[in-house]
Amino acid sequence: MQAIDFLWLIPALPFAGAALNGALAYRRAPKAAVTAVALGAPLASLLVAAACIGQYLGGGLYPQAVERIGYAWTTGALTVNVAFLLDPLAAVMLFIVTFVGFLIHIYSVGYMGHDEGYARYFAYLNLFMAAMLTLVLGNNYLVMFVGWEGVGLCSYLLIGFYYDQEFPPYAGKKAFIVNRIGDFAFLIGMFALIARFGTLDFTPIFHRLAAQPGLGTAAYAGGLSFAAFVGLCFFIGAMGKSAQIPLYVWLPDAMAGPTPVSALIHAATMVTAGVYMAVRSNVIYQLTPGVSLFVAIIGTATALLAATIGMAQNDIKKVLAYSTVSQLGYMFMAVGVGAYSAALFHVLTHAFFKALLFLGSGSVIHAMGGEQDMQKMGGLKARLPVTYRTFVIGSLALAGIPVFAGFFSKDEILAAAAASGMPLHWLFWGVGWITAGLTAFYMFRAVYLTFDGKFRGSHEQEHHLHESPPVMTVPLVVLAVGAVAAGWVEIPLLRGTDWFHRFLEPVLAVVQGAGSLASAAAGATPRAIGEGELGTGAELVLILLSVGIAVAGIWLARSIYGGAAGAERGLVFEERYPTLHRLLANKWYVDEIYDACVVRPLHGLSWVFYRVVDALVIDGSVRAGAAVTRATGDLGSLTTTGNVRNYALYFFIGVIVLFWWIAR
Amino acid sequence: MSSVHLVNESMAVPVGWYLMLAAVLFGIGTIGALTRRNGISIFLSIELMLNAANLALIAYSRQLDQRTGQILVFFVLAVAAAEAAVGLALFIAVYRQRRTIDINRINLMRH
Repeated sequence: MQAIDFLWLIPALPFAGAALNGALAYRRAPKAAVTAVALGAPLASLLVAAACIGQYLGGGLYPQAVERIGYAWTTGALTVNVAFLLDPLAAVMLFIVTFVGFLIHIYSVGYMGHDEGYARYFAYLNLFMAAMLTLVLGNNYLVMFVGWEGVGLCSYLLIGFYYDQEFPPYAGKKAFIVNRIGDFAFLIGMFALIARFGTLDFTPIFHRLAAQPGLGTAAYAGGLSFAAFVGLCFFIGAMGKSAQIPLYVWLPDAMAGPTPVSALIHAATMVTAGVYMAVRSNVIYQLTPGVSLFVAIIGTATALLAATIGMAQNDIKKVLAYSTVSQLGYMFMAVGVGAYSAALFHVLTHAFFKALLFLGSGSVIHAMGGEQDMQKMGGLKARLPVTYRTFVIGSLALAGIPVFAGFFSKDEILAAAAASGMPLHWLFWGVGWITAGLTAFYMFRAVYLTFDGKFRGSHEQEHHLHESPPVMTVPLVVLAVGAVAAGWVEIPLLRGTDWFHRFLEPVLAVVQGAGSLASAAAGATPRAIGEGELGTGAELVLILLSVGIAVAGIWLARSIYGGAAGAERGLVFEERYPTLHRLLANKWYVDEIYDACVVRPLHGLSWVFYRVVDALVIDGSVRAGAAVTRATGDLGSLTTTGNVRNYALYFFIGVIVLFWWIAR
Repeated sequence: MSSVHLVNESMAVPVGWYLMLAAVLFGIGTIGALTRRNGISIFLSIELMLNAANLALIAYSRQLDQRTGQILVFFVLAVAAAEAAVGLALFIAVYRQRRTIDINRINLMRH
């Protein structure tokens, strides 16, 4: 037996943990038992994953994908197996999910320690791990979809975790419903694949598409080629899960859940599932330059829009939420320009620094007794030294300062966008560059408002201020190390240091042929996909520019929000542009626009269907049938007098009629 | 099969008279069954109707020179006797409960 044969254990262990803790939640079990299960299951899963990855890399299996079929799920015309796949792409995601996931489980033990729903929380969190690992390890779209829906369910459950308050259940429902729109498109895409290939397994589909690009570029439906149709459907699915325009609105509201949940689900793992899916389906996207351009446009627009909103939020978690939306936009920009390895690289670094930032904000909120408004914080760096230092590391990584992880991945995306040779590629680079500056500004605005200046909360809060226990700070430190070092797997400028890209190469084989991204781009600059063939000089200029704007953003934030009077100066600064500030603070009124354009018309339509179609037409026809039956019965019952002689008379009349009829 | 005459043909009363008598008896029985209130009277009326039918059967039996009709009459009598036995038993049972056999007052079936 080899470690890799136990691939199925990786999702199965957290699933068992979830079942066990779900049972313990009803039994009022001792907290130690709940903690043991809650941490044991992801730890075991992490160890199995490490063994599998170790054997995959060390056992001579590496460039090939390893598949392990559990059992045939469906048979007949369409065979789908419950089967797991380990290849470089799955290995990267497996590492992120199990490692970051386990750290966040440890942190949760401290953060949720006093919560009544302790066992319930960990049951959901373990269930999330199981679903996410199913998503990442599935060897076909259907198993992936099971995980996809599973993480959506856990997201819903955990956003609405504080179900006794008004807002969290509402936010959970919003997340679920908005995701449903995307899931619908995902399903349509799967149906198209079944109709064309008769299978949902990744390997045969991608092999056939790569060998016969004509299959993908042939016209299919609605004026789209087959690859464009499927790619568009899958991207709409990813829009929901990965919070892209226009379906991003659920993610900021999802912050109603506990903060470690925001870190694990709504920053590090689940929301990157859309990116993972797009990278996994890269063969499809390579065959449709049109949809790829669309993906890049949406990603770029999302990055910019969310970053502008993030600049004017006062809720520390809202800042991070919009930052997450913005960073996901970067990832889709990378997918759109064909830089799939750069997209996944950013998933990796983002998982570390954004989980770190969320957990740091959780530590602050914990210390502040649940307060999330940065205007009431300030001066926390003396009281929360570990949180402060790790938070700054995360912010530097997010801002894209060299040496920190975010710099490497963001720079690679920007370089790839500039080098892509796609239409609008300089616009992508330009918007990405400006967004990088905005990112640095809003992140350090948050840092200065939270940790610098003097304390602006109540005396009670000030008295209560304390650094979090080691169970929370140790994960922060580990993640901070990752937020620095995770970027070192791909170093720009130096030749031969793009280890991450080369590691993923088996999954990202360039599809040649008429109508593919490679040939479309070849018209501009002959190159291979995802490799910025910019030349060292041009790349250096781009790096200097992006570092420059990041430093400028930090400097601007410092000059406005830094120092003892920073918060007051910030308010004065924001007052100076009242219209713009109101627009940004109110998130461009997107929620209100959706409310007016979608929610209210839908309510109106539902009212019509409820009051008119259901109550009048459907209920009416049923009631009419009942009334007719009743009236007929009433009429007939008049003859039922109970008097035997009347019955005899009927009988007699009947006999006479019968005779008349016979004798007629 | 040799024909065996039951009655001398020349002395025969025409079958029409029998049928007419049967019709009159049946009509009296019908009117009685529909109008009387006393259960026993209704029974008597029904017996009258049955016997009207018997009379018609026997008349035809002779007219057509076939014994089938007479055999049928025995069945009718047997059934009528059985019916009377069951019916009277029912009326006795009803009388014990209700102290009446006025069928206008026995209308439980209505409910």
